Amino acid sequence: MRKSVIKKLVMVALLSLVVPVTGFAADTIKIGIAGPHTGDLAPYGIPTKEAVEMIAAEVNAAGGVLGKQIEVLPMDDQCKPEIATNAATKLVSQGVNLVIGHVCSGATKAALGIYNEAKIIAISPSATNPPLTQSGEYPNFYRTIAPDDDQGKLAANFVADKLGAKKIAIIHDKGDYGKGFADFAQQFIEAGGKAKVVLFEGVTPGAMDYSAVVQKIRKEGADAVIFGGYHPEASKLVAQMNKKRMKIPFVGPDGIKGDGFLEIAGADAEGVYATGPMDVTSLDVNKKARADYVKKYGKEPGTFFDQGYAAMQSALNAIKVAGGTDYAALEKALKSSYVDTAVGKIKFDKKGDAEGVGFSVFQVKGGKFVELK
Amino acid sequence: MLDNMKRSILVALWFVFLTFPLMVVKVNTLKNIVEWRWMNMLWVALGAFVLSIVWRWAMVRRDLKSSESDSTDDDQARPGIGQRILEDPKIFKPVLLVLAVVTLVFPLVVDIYQANIMVLALIFVVLGLGLNITVGLAGLLDLGYVAFFAVGAYTYGILNSFWGIGFWTSLPIGGLMGALFGIALGFPILRLRGDYLAIVTLGFGSIAKIVIENWEEVFNGAKGIAGIPRPGLFGLDMTIESATTYTYYLMILMVLFTIFITNRLKDSRIGRAWMALREDEIACVAMGVDMARTKLGAYAFGAFWAGLVGVIFAARNTYINPNSFTFMESALVLSIVVLGGMGSIVGVIIAALVLILMPEYLRAFAEYRMLMFGAVMVLMMIFRPEGLIANVRRKYTRSAVKTEGVNA
Amino acid sequence: MQYFLELSCSGLVRGSIYALIALGYTMVYGIIQLINFAHGEVYMIGAFIALIVSGVLTIYGFSGFSILILAALIAAVYAAAYGYTLEKIAYRPLRNAPRLSPLISAIGMSLFLQNYVLLAQTPDFLPFPSLIPDFDFMEPIAHIMGSAELVILVTSAITMIALTVLIKYTRIGKAMRATQQDMTMARLVGVNVDNVISMTFVIGSVLAAIGGVLVGSYIGQINFYIGFMAGVKAFTAAVLGGIGNIPGAALGALVLGLAESYAAGYVSSAYEDVFAFGVLVLILILRPAGLLGKAVKQKV
Repeated sequence: MRKSVIKKLVMVALLSLVVPVTGFAADTIKIGIAGPHTGDLAPYGIPTKEAVEMIAAEVNAAGGVLGKQIEVLPMDDQCKPEIATNAATKLVSQGVNLVIGHVCSGATKAALGIYNEAKIIAISPSATNPPLTQSGEYPNFYRTIAPDDDQGKLAANFVADKLGAKKIAIIHDKGDYGKGFADFAQQFIEAGGKAKVVLFEGVTPGAMDYSAVVQKIRKEGADAVIFGGYHPEASKLVAQMNKKRMKIPFVGPDGIKGDGFLEIAGADAEGVYATGPMDVTSLDVNKKARADYVKKYGKEPGTFFDQGYAAMQSALNAIKVAGGTDYAALEKALKSSYVDTAVGKIKFDKKGDAEGVGFSVFQVKGGKFVELK
Repeated sequence: MLDNMKRSILVALWFVFLTFPLMVVKVNTLKNIVEWRWMNMLWVALGAFVLSIVWRWAMVRRDLKSSESDSTDDDQARPGIGQRILEDPKIFKPVLLVLAVVTLVFPLVVDIYQANIMVLALIFVVLGLGLNITVGLAGLLDLGYVAFFAVGAYTYGILNSFWGIGFWTSLPIGGLMGALFGIALGFPILRLRGDYLAIVTLGFGSIAKIVIENWEEVFNGAKGIAGIPRPGLFGLDMTIESATTYTYYLMILMVLFTIFITNRLKDSRIGRAWMALREDEIACVAMGVDMARTKLGAYAFGAFWAGLVGVIFAARNTYINPNSFTFMESALVLSIVVLGGMGSIVGVIIAALVLILMPEYLRAFAEYRMLMFGAVMVLMMIFRPEGLIANVRRKYTRSAVKTEGVNA
Repeated sequence: MQYFLELSCSGLVRGSIYALIALGYTMVYGIIQLINFAHGEVYMIGAFIALIVSGVLTIYGFSGFSILILAALIAAVYAAAYGYTLEKIAYRPLRNAPRLSPLISAIGMSLFLQNYVLLAQTPDFLPFPSLIPDFDFMEPIAHIMGSAELVILVTSAITMIALTVLIKYTRIGKAMRATQQDMTMARLVGVNVDNVISMTFVIGSVLAAIGGVLVGSYIGQINFYIGFMAGVKAFTAAVLGGIGNIPGAALGALVLGLAESYAAGYVSSAYEDVFAFGVLVLILILRPAGLLGKAVKQKV
């Protein structure tokens, strides 16, 4: 007798803890935003979060989508796979209809399985790892950024053809993103046959300095450097190459194409090349998005802002076209209906990659990234 | 009282000075703007003032307590409240019953997210219990424990992706691989003591991560291994909910198994040898304990559990990459052992639950949670250095000695 | 040959930074047998303060050399204050606690300080102004050793000599040595042990701050996390040289710096940390008390 009383009490206590969390309201559309919102990679996740929140506020003020208000649920994953699975299960249990995220490819991989089983679509602004779409394992995955192999190919061709380099050093940060880019660059350079990779090496992010590696690049007689990784390591390398009086072209991926790199590398940044999503700042949608952002937050938008903004735009468009949040209808809408976004007019192909986005090469001139035509 | 105020004001002034450049000034060297955040100064002053009063009061209480226990120390230290609960069967039995019921119904009444983070917390319970053998019982400091965890996780990942070997076969292999690595790493450092051990084990931990990162042919590098199957049950096809629930029960069994074994180990011949080694190595060796074998045993047994739950960790996440095996994880497990009370099993369990679940439930304060986590670690050490539940060592009374016989 | 010279030079520069941090570890350890895990954070805070001070000074129109001196001075004062407070809050109450307690407290403090800087300032990397000017006379060999590198080597050498003098010939140095040998005895002969311990933290923190300022202006960027890796490496160096031994820490740091540099240059920089720890394990197997540490015979 007493046992069951205790049991009931425990049940009640536990339920009261849980009910507010799982409380389900059908009159809103819930959109999860997953990405790094704290920790050292937060600068890559927060612009997307703010972009999505900004759009949601605007749409809600104008009456919502299909007469429903949008509720955004930001969820921090710190770019760590195990936290990403927690974040994903939390979003699923909160009954989200769609997720914008995740930001890092590793975390995205870990979370996608969970969304897939719960039949939830995820649109990432930044997970560029090619197998995410190409492997076909994640039919619920979409992205508003082009995959890394495109980027690696562009960088390889640019260095070998346009710059005419014969001996190329490829340096990467051993991370999923940086190493991936470096691998593709190497692959396309070797396939192209015009140049040779004389050095392919990983550096440790957070190491005190890279002067030994810089000396090694010089010893191998490289006449161009391709770097895969993010801006802190890139600026350290560029600065030390300058200090060692080494003047050869330096080409990085979109991870360095941002204000962070310009600020930290300062004068050393001058002349550095970077591949990155095509310049879209001349588009009207993009101009408006950026102006709104500056007005609301009082600062310039950060990395992946355009892509995050576009992800939310295509998500809302799909919901509108599908007339709800049914998985199959959303899938059809995403893959068939064109939408004007902050990264251009896009729709998704059958693997989930956006059609209409691509990369071009930029160079730092006068403290700004300028697109090379 | 007035004196107290005066001292607190001085402390507040000191902290205002200390935090001034970091809390108040913020420069933007690009636009050449200095942002002065004067309000922060006020908060620091107020906070430091209040905290210093609380601090002094707490310190006085702490000193009182320790001098009290000094005077009554000679015979039997008064067991703390936690210990009393554990020892009095009148309280102990219903508590255990309630706990058992709560544990059993937990995944049924909560959502999948709660169950999922509970699985992670239980994984760390086992890790804590495992490291407790090495650090708590044998007194061998290990700052690279996460390496064995990684060994287990990657054992399953690799066995599965190369040869399609399932979870249940991989589970014991993961544990054995962990133990094997424990012995292999134990060998070169048998002669080292205390703090030398700390840095060498820390080194092994980082080496493990670097090798995983760089040796792409085997470990798939930073890309990690994806699509690792969840634990299976006679080939049943499970949804993610039922798989999580199933993993949860699996982990409960695992924890019970670990508690059972470590408890038995503690009272075994080798367990006694570990504790003797911890207390006095020279005396212990002089008594005829084989130092090398005992130490290697401690590493192997500790690493075994890490390898075992590493397999479960891989299965739970379905994806592993080197980022899950950093020094932070080693420090976390060590903190679990120390905060829980070295050698105390209940303490370790509570500490693991608190340390893993706290950051999850503190998501609302996401920005401040690591700050608080650090502060809690410091405060715990100052005000409860013996841990949440102090490990009361068994005393052998005369009658016990008689019945225990020659083994003691 | 030139390549070897270049690598040696990078190794020495890195080693002398490690040495500045390692000295703080080894001094504290020598006196209270504590691994001060938060020491790397003091180095980081030193660098941050220097960045902030130089930023403010630049805006208010100071220039060149005066910024470097003022920034370094204020950074050193603040690092000393942080070191002093750190000891008082996190370690002094644990003076008689079991051995692992101060270590956990130190790990907690390290986390706390990292996140304090993250919240009070920024999680991003910040550009650090290059406070060290380019000397003309270094230009011919700039590809081997630049001006910043020269300044780092000279400054660390001067600092270490000053430290040696301080410990050998001054009153506080004598008190420190006495405390290191036997804390109870030192107390009996009238040394104020608490003050000596505080001074040890202060001196160690000043050295770390100098390291922070030098590294900041050498590599041009800092964030809240730079203290961790540097701290681990410096601690490795201190153990390598025989922890508690001051010349040992300097020697260990140089050995470590060179080992990393050669490993990066001749093998692969992806494995440079493996070599760093490999050297450590190897030396400890051969000499379990470190390079210059004396193996203490245990008495029963």
